[in-house]
Amino acid sequence: MIETILFFVLAATSLAGAITVIAARNPVHSAMGLLGTLFSLAVIYVVNLAHLVAAVQVIVYAGAVMTLFLFVIMLIGVDKAEERDETLPYQRQLVIGLAVITCGLAIALATGSGFRWTPAAPAAAQAPNGTIENVAEPLFGEWLLAFEATALLLTIAAAGAIALAYFRRGAPEEVAE
Amino acid sequence: MTVTPGWYMTLAAVLFAIGLLGILVRRNALIMFMCVELMLNAVNLTFVAAGRALGLIDGQVSVFFVLVVAAAEVVIGLAIIVAVFRQRSSASVDELSGLSG
Repeated sequence: MIETILFFVLAATSLAGAITVIAARNPVHSAMGLLGTLFSLAVIYVVNLAHLVAAVQVIVYAGAVMTLFLFVIMLIGVDKAEERDETLPYQRQLVIGLAVITCGLAIALATGSGFRWTPAAPAAAQAPNGTIENVAEPLFGEWLLAFEATALLLTIAAAGAIALAYFRRGAPEEVAE
Repeated sequence: MTVTPGWYMTLAAVLFAIGLLGILVRRNALIMFMCVELMLNAVNLTFVAAGRALGLIDGQVSVFFVLVVAAAEVVIGLAIIVAVFRQRSSASVDELSGLSG
């Protein structure tokens, strides 16, 4: 019962945040809407026993990523009004129709027939408890190679970001010395 | 009335659709980027809900890999947006038409 109430409250807040992201004229308001969605999803993860994922969601997404977004918004300037006229004909009508069809199909899927997965292996009796120990065991065992690959990816991303900020047009020769 | 996995799938699908809608109608590169984050989060929600329903911890492990890719993508993408803004003084994707014939 408590999960039902939590689901409806969190679904409402996350959807409100998502709509704020795409509807707000001010980019800062969009960022705040995204922040609300991220926090709502973190609580949903806790309801689903994914405690570590919820903590990482708040620290990485709501903390680091949103700070980076707000920093760039302030750097670029928030007072630039975005033009709202569409240049492509019927673009907006087509997009709204597509969104309505997608949402309608999703709602029909959940409320109509009983939605269920077919597990490849016999499913465990109870839901997995997402403690640090339980998540780390497959992460550093079965998925160790993928984990190392993500470490490499993060290193490349950091190097790429520095390169993009460091080398500018007209000045690479001086910097290269 | 209990919450079934299908409800979480529905919420994720609607969030994904909103993100897609934002990508298609907004022209500020930063807002489009936030919509990409929204879609990635919708997928993360399906991973967590599916892992719970199937009794597997692998769903939560997958979320970590998505998180890492999203973080790397944000770093590079925002650096590109800032680099473009330095040259053109605009974050609107409509004005980046240098390659159109």
